[in-house]
This record gives sequence, structure tokens and C-alpha cells, in this order.
Amino acid sequence: MPDLGKYADAVLSAYGVSLLLLALLIVWTLRQGRRARRALQEVEKRSKRDA
Amino acid sequence: MSMTDETSIPKRPSGFWSYANPVKFLGFSERVLPALWWLSGICLGVGLIWGFFFTPDDFRQGSTVKIIYLHVPSALMAINAWFMMLVASLIWIVRRHHVSALAAKAAAPVGVVMTLIALFTGAVWGQPMWGTWWAWDPRLTSFLILFLFYLGYMALWAAIDDPDTAADLTSVLCLVGSVFAVLSRYAVNFWNQGLHQGASLSLDKEENVADVFYFPLLVCIAGFVLIFLALVLYRTGTEIRLRRTRALQAREARV
Repeated sequence: MPDLGKYADAVLSAYGVSLLLLALLIVWTLRQGRRARRALQEVEKRSKRDA
Repeated sequence: MSMTDETSIPKRPSGFWSYANPVKFLGFSERVLPALWWLSGICLGVGLIWGFFFTPDDFRQGSTVKIIYLHVPSALMAINAWFMMLVASLIWIVRRHHVSALAAKAAAPVGVVMTLIALFTGAVWGQPMWGTWWAWDPRLTSFLILFLFYLGYMALWAAIDDPDTAADLTSVLCLVGSVFAVLSRYAVNFWNQGLHQGASLSLDKEENVADVFYFPLLVCIAGFVLIFLALVLYRTGTEIRLRRTRALQAREARV
């Protein structure tokens, strides 16, 4: 760990919050994508069966 | 001229425009996404570790200079995400390709997170360097307005049920908001006042930061560009699937 001196709080909070926001965005995006994929598969299966 | 003349036969779109076909777009994004995820992860990992652990402190700014590896790439992407949305919105307005409207919609949450990162890292960098978290400086103010435009854009998409009407109205909002995206980039040049300095990176080499900060910064920028592309491609695919699901459900309801 580098010695950040008196600015450690500023630097660490910048990195912590930014990486957290990026991680949340990625997790939310992947979850939403998986849900959408599943929902479409179900509807397509249903419409094929009905046809 | 006979009806069989080749000018009377409708041509299938080729090249770039062929990706307006949702099936072709999904096939393309499935092929390139794994590489994009990996490359963005590698660039972000290498750039941020290089910048955080292996670059020296600045003689004036101390260790706060390490914030540059997040602040500059996120601010750059916040502005360029809006321009990407502008191009996609213009394509929707002119050519009515649904995929482009959905790509603009998909990019907005990514852009808003980039803007938030830029605003937050700017505030925590500004406090020790300028003695204030916030100033009504031209660049900071236009950036805040850009952030509000992002929120308004997403709210407008969510508020309108008919997707084509939503795409029309959000496209117009995007055109208007572009003024603030431009101002966020050039406010420092337009009004030579305020706290924020000029460009950290420029094709004009005289303006660039020192090489020891410059190269890890370039890697971080590449990482942010790639993660933006990966997220937007993936999210556009999600929007296409959601739209198709709704269309099939509407057909089911009619039967």
C-alpha cells in the first residue's frame, strides 16, 4: 500500500466510491440482462406451443 | 424501364446499416462481448493498479494526483456517452431504426454513473486542492446540468408507455442536452475563469500531464471506453429482448 499521507481519505474514498458505483452498474446490468433473456425464452416457448 | 430492372428491387441494407436488424445486432454483440469484457477488465485492472501503486506523488498535489486515473476517464466518458446518445437519437429521428433508439436508452444509465463518478472524484479532489468541495465554476456547473439532463432523459423514457413516442421525445431532449455536453468540454475555453484547469490530455503535447502519469492514464481511459462499449452493447441487447417480449405478450393478449 503506497503512503498516501494526509490525503489518504480523499484518495481512498475516490477509489472506493468509484469502484463501488462501477461494480453496482455491472451487477445490475447483468442481472437485468439475465432476467430479460429468461422472460423472452418463456414467452417464445409459449407462443411456439400455442402456434 | 422494365419492372425487373435492378433499380426497382429493394436492396437489403449492407455494412453499418445492416446492424439495424435486431437479430444481426444481437449476433454481433454476442460475438464481440466476451472480448470486450476481458479487455476492459484487463485495461482497468492494469491502469488503476499502475496508477495507484506505481506512480509517484505530484510535487504540489501530493497523493491526490492518483484521483486523475478515475476523474479524467469518467468525465471523458460522461461527455462522450451523451454524444453517442446524440448520434443514436439522430439516427432514430432520421432513419427510424429501433435498435439505435434502444442503444441511446441503454447508454443513459452508464453515462449517469460516469457523470456521478466524475462529480464525486472532482469534489474529493477539489476539497484539499481548492479548499472547497464545489464551486459554481463554468465547467462544474455545466457538468452538474449534464447530470440532471441524464436523470431527466431516463425519467422521460420511464414515463411514456409507447416506445416510439418515448424515443421521439427523448431524442429531442438529447439534442437539447447536447449543449451542456459541449459546454462541459469547452466551458474552460469559452469562459476563462473559474477553478477548473484546462485539458489534462491533448493532441497538443505541450498541454499534457507528465509522462509518468500520462501512460497509466491512457490505459485507464482505454479501460473506461471499453467498459462503456461492453455495457452499452449488453444493455442494448437487453432492451431488444424486453421489447420483443412485450410485443409477443401483446400478441398473446390479443388472441
